[in-house]
Amino acid sequence: MNKIMTIARKELNTFLDSLSGYIILVLFLGITGFFTWLSANNIIFIGQADLLPFFSVTFWTLFFFVPALTMRSFAEESHTGTMEILLTHPVSFTDVVLGKFMGDFLLILIALAFTLVYYITVALIGTIDHGATVSGYLGLIFISMAYVSIGIYASSLTRNQIIAFLIAIGIGIFFQFIFGILASVSSGALSGIFDFLSFNYHYQNFARGVIELKSVLYLLTITTLALSLSVLNLYSRRYK
Amino acid sequence: MNITVKNLTRYYGPVLAVDNISFEVRHGEILGFLGPNGAGKTTTMKVITSYLAPNKGQILVGDIDVEESPDIARRHIGYLPENNPLYQDMFVVDFLRYMAQLADVPAEKISKRINEMIDVCGLQEVKHKRIAHLSKGYQQRVGLAQALIHDPEILILDEPTTGLDPRQIIEIRELIKQIGKEKTVLLSSHILAEVEATCDRVVIINKGKIIADGTSSDLRSQLFQGQHYRIQIANKKLDEVETRIKHLPNMINYKVIDPGQNILSLQGKTDTDFARDIFNFAVQEGWVLTLLSPEQTKLEDIFIQLTSEN
Repeated sequence: MNKIMTIARKELNTFLDSLSGYIILVLFLGITGFFTWLSANNIIFIGQADLLPFFSVTFWTLFFFVPALTMRSFAEESHTGTMEILLTHPVSFTDVVLGKFMGDFLLILIALAFTLVYYITVALIGTIDHGATVSGYLGLIFISMAYVSIGIYASSLTRNQIIAFLIAIGIGIFFQFIFGILASVSSGALSGIFDFLSFNYHYQNFARGVIELKSVLYLLTITTLALSLSVLNLYSRRYK
Repeated sequence: MNITVKNLTRYYGPVLAVDNISFEVRHGEILGFLGPNGAGKTTTMKVITSYLAPNKGQILVGDIDVEESPDIARRHIGYLPENNPLYQDMFVVDFLRYMAQLADVPAEKISKRINEMIDVCGLQEVKHKRIAHLSKGYQQRVGLAQALIHDPEILILDEPTTGLDPRQIIEIRELIKQIGKEKTVLLSSHILAEVEATCDRVVIINKGKIIADGTSSDLRSQLFQGQHYRIQIANKKLDEVETRIKHLPNMINYKVIDPGQNILSLQGKTDTDFARDIFNFAVQEGWVLTLLSPEQTKLEDIFIQLTSEN
């Protein structure tokens, strides 16, 4: 546990210590802020004090934003060779992967924490559904966990950060909309399965204020799976 | 704590990088691991530090099997990888703290160890700088500090002086020698002078196989018997010199080094007064001897001879 936090702290500091970390943060807040407050379908336009526009925009923003954060985690270490000093210390591969995961996930929590300003503002304008907001944020947190772990897995596959980014997007695109499209063009049980696989299906529930156990379990399963594959990847690297 | 490498074999895909090698590094010894680029030095070191798994064979660090208990073994090993990879955007002190934490240095001792390493490795002036802003020499010291931060009994240094200027090379060598007195050090290099200057014993590896193992003077006396002198004759043609030189007493063999300059290398019998023989012979022949000097750096020749034979 100690080692995980040591690595997580180092990861987080690397972001907070570099310009790129702030650029990504500002972009994230800029995009979500713009669509929440200024674009055609903004909060004021729909005339209701709720955060649905924010939640739908952030869902999409995370899809791009998370891979941009996670792409460096392992790819950069492989590229510069620091992987060798990291992995020849007494740390387990699981600790390393979880440490990287925690570091990136904490940064996203920080980014999401900034958006609480939107919530407070809307709450001041009118009566807001506090329950739906809490569950919406929970949805974002679970979706972020899934995307961070997918991004970390992608980053463990290559030493090129751009390729890591593209792989993460390539995997994410299935959960983000391909499964959704497949659900709409298929029928019966198959449609149900595709629907269940799509993140959007689960996220819509969260955004509406419904927290379903199956959604939580599904997103946690994806997270665990991607993190386990990353650990496995570190193991197999020793035999290459 | 000794390092024992037993029958180590490692492939990269179909390519055999290390072919069934065995050797031992003893406590208090600096072992030079010498070989041309691509001989398998780095691969062997990566297996010893458990970064790579062996295909066959066993690595023991003291009594600890590196494959069976890598976490315990790693606590005893300090490693400076090839090209000295560092987190370039970290500050020196933060980096050393991170490394100490990963290496299981107890929290209350970390600050003390960092200060000691800053002293030992001469990092006082740069400790609050970003690693990216340091000169290569300082970066190398940070790399060494990182490898030493947990006071390991074993030190694995993969080409520790690559890319340094001559003064820095001497400094780093001195540092390694000083540290090496109480530790077990395995140091790789493709530079012979370095190994001769720093190491107590040499293992020469080529194409994944060990081709020589011993002290540098052992290797020298094994492979280069006799005494070697370099001479230059100013007033004669080379062919004249060559026809007469065969009559030089106590000479085993000779080699023309520079035909234009009339420079030759002479190999004489051991335990004879060979230099005096050369001088007297030159006087007798009426040769003007403008150079007569013993040849010392023979390890280079051993190296070239050994690595080109296979």
